[in-house]
Amino acid sequence: MQTPIVVQDVHKSFGAVKALHNISFTVQEGELFGLIGPDGAGKSTLFRILTTLLLADKGQATVNGLDVVKDYKAIRKIAGYMPGRFSLYQDLTVEENLHFFATIFNTTVEANYDLIEEIYVQIAPFKKRPAGKLSGGMKQKLALCCALVHKPAVLFLDEPTTGVDPVSRKEFWDMLQRLKQKGIAILVSTPYMDEAMLCDRVALIQNGQLLNIDTPQHIIAQFSKPMWAVRAKHMYRLIQDLRAFPGTDSCYAFGEYLHLTLKDGTAGVDALQAYLDTKHHEAFTMFSIQAGIEDCFMELMNTENV
Amino acid sequence: MRTIRFILQKEFLQIFRNKAMVRIIFIIPIVQLLVLSYAANYEVKNMAIDVVDYDLSPWSQRLVHKLTSSGYFRLQRHTFNIKEAYEDLQRDKADVVLVVPRHFERDLVKEDKAPLQLLVNAINGTKAGLANAYAGSIIRDFNKNIRTEWLAMDERNAPPVIEVTYSNWFNTRLDYKVYMVPGILVVLITMIGSFLSGMNIVKEKEIGTIEQLNVTPIRKYHFILGKLIPFWIIALFELAFGLLVGKLVFSLPMAGSIWLIFLFAAVYLWVMLGMGLLISTFTETQQQAMFIAWFFVLIFMLMSGLFTPVESMPGWAQVLTWFNPIAWFVKVIRMVLLKGSGLANIQTYLLIMLAYALVMNGIAIWNYRKTT
Repeated sequence: MQTPIVVQDVHKSFGAVKALHNISFTVQEGELFGLIGPDGAGKSTLFRILTTLLLADKGQATVNGLDVVKDYKAIRKIAGYMPGRFSLYQDLTVEENLHFFATIFNTTVEANYDLIEEIYVQIAPFKKRPAGKLSGGMKQKLALCCALVHKPAVLFLDEPTTGVDPVSRKEFWDMLQRLKQKGIAILVSTPYMDEAMLCDRVALIQNGQLLNIDTPQHIIAQFSKPMWAVRAKHMYRLIQDLRAFPGTDSCYAFGEYLHLTLKDGTAGVDALQAYLDTKHHEAFTMFSIQAGIEDCFMELMNTENV
Repeated sequence: MRTIRFILQKEFLQIFRNKAMVRIIFIIPIVQLLVLSYAANYEVKNMAIDVVDYDLSPWSQRLVHKLTSSGYFRLQRHTFNIKEAYEDLQRDKADVVLVVPRHFERDLVKEDKAPLQLLVNAINGTKAGLANAYAGSIIRDFNKNIRTEWLAMDERNAPPVIEVTYSNWFNTRLDYKVYMVPGILVVLITMIGSFLSGMNIVKEKEIGTIEQLNVTPIRKYHFILGKLIPFWIIALFELAFGLLVGKLVFSLPMAGSIWLIFLFAAVYLWVMLGMGLLISTFTETQQQAMFIAWFFVLIFMLMSGLFTPVESMPGWAQVLTWFNPIAWFVKVIRMVLLKGSGLANIQTYLLIMLAYALVMNGIAIWNYRKTT
């Protein structure tokens, strides 16, 4: 069995804009590989190169041992691709879309029904409905069905959960976990960092460059600085004050808390306390926490930007 | 083949699910045929004429009567004041002014000649030319009759005159509609071939489905054929539908073989479909495709000989019509329907069309990429 995805030293520019710079990574069989990065980082460009829609300026990439340039025809038979933008026929029904995509892959819905069954049963009640009239989550489930209907060896999912409600997002990731167990290698991109924990390995991409490739657990373990969660009654004033404090290393809002790191680590806490006392924050709480994957990414992106 | 069949099935499903499309297919041909065929009419009849008769002789009255009873002229004003006639010309109330000078009859008898003045409002050149020609021919006729009566009294002793008799072939009653309907049918199927096909392909780009399709093993030619064949079928259906309307409403003559028309249309449509495909390869949105197709179709149409005869165009424009597929089809459909031309008469045109179809589709397919 060939390595599902191998990317070596891929470059791509659009005019003066470097969309991808020196990208290399591999995805193993049955691995769920996450590509995490903000909008415009180059995620979709990379997907388009791997799905043979775009030619790289430099570098090689193979999908299941097939070269994306030379063997593009063979790749198109074994790859399942879900573009970032909903790309099914909105005026065809759920059933018709699925049937159509099965047919152009020279197969039938029935032949690979076991693979899509679990997902399809969720949208089956709406099978007579035009795809354009489905909810966001349903659309993505249908798109996944269509990408799976020919039993691909490798699955490319470009931002499948963007614009989808949290419940559907969770369901979607549960499905990916089960697909992975069937041996399908999955490359998935997302702008949501919290989804990174659900991947086997993740690569952080920013401005066309990969910052770090590792398991989410390793990335968190590498985060060395002590971190505190902080909150007070007036959050906006608090974040202003904390960022103004010279000993602050980073301070970001995460939900109802601010995540704070200090330049001097634990040693800087006393100075901070003294500083905040002069600011008189009501209902002030501060406690030590374990950094999450998002903190790690914020950290990585910042060090890269400096 | 199986793939193409399923793509076709999908396309037809989408076309007929689109209510606007169904209306376009059924309503446009009827409206176009009925409105354009009646409106785009170059027959000039009932032109308003002012007669300024200073003579008031029996002969001048006979001339006026002859003009007004011809059906081409309608007496607008009979006056002795030339100023009134000028005013009518100014105000567009009169198209033609005929001035019969004093002593018209006397001069004609005595001096064997008499002048007449004809003033024509020539804002519309075609109309003025026709008015002039009609009036001229009626006056000549009148002149000849007068001379026979006056000089000879006897036809056998009359001075020799060359008499031209004519008969209208292929469109005996000079019915303009019979001439226009076939041309309008060509416009109709041209629109379907070039506009709808191109827009349909670009639509896949616009809504992003092309991205999904491109990552499938679907072949370039599968996709293209799947896109073009439905419009080929619809356009041929429209042609049949249009011919039927033409037959029922306008009693369109069908002198030649209908199958020949369909054979030519079948080849011609591939030229237009190829054009639509070509346009779709370098446009990103349906508006762009629409405007570019419109630009070419409008030029092709106006230079096709549909409304104005190709022979009246300047030399360079006539050369351009060789590259104008619409011009060929307008010519052929009129030849076959009105004249009854057979395959032997149109085979050259058919071959030209075939060559264009190959070239057009060749370029389009070469320019079509599954990658971006």
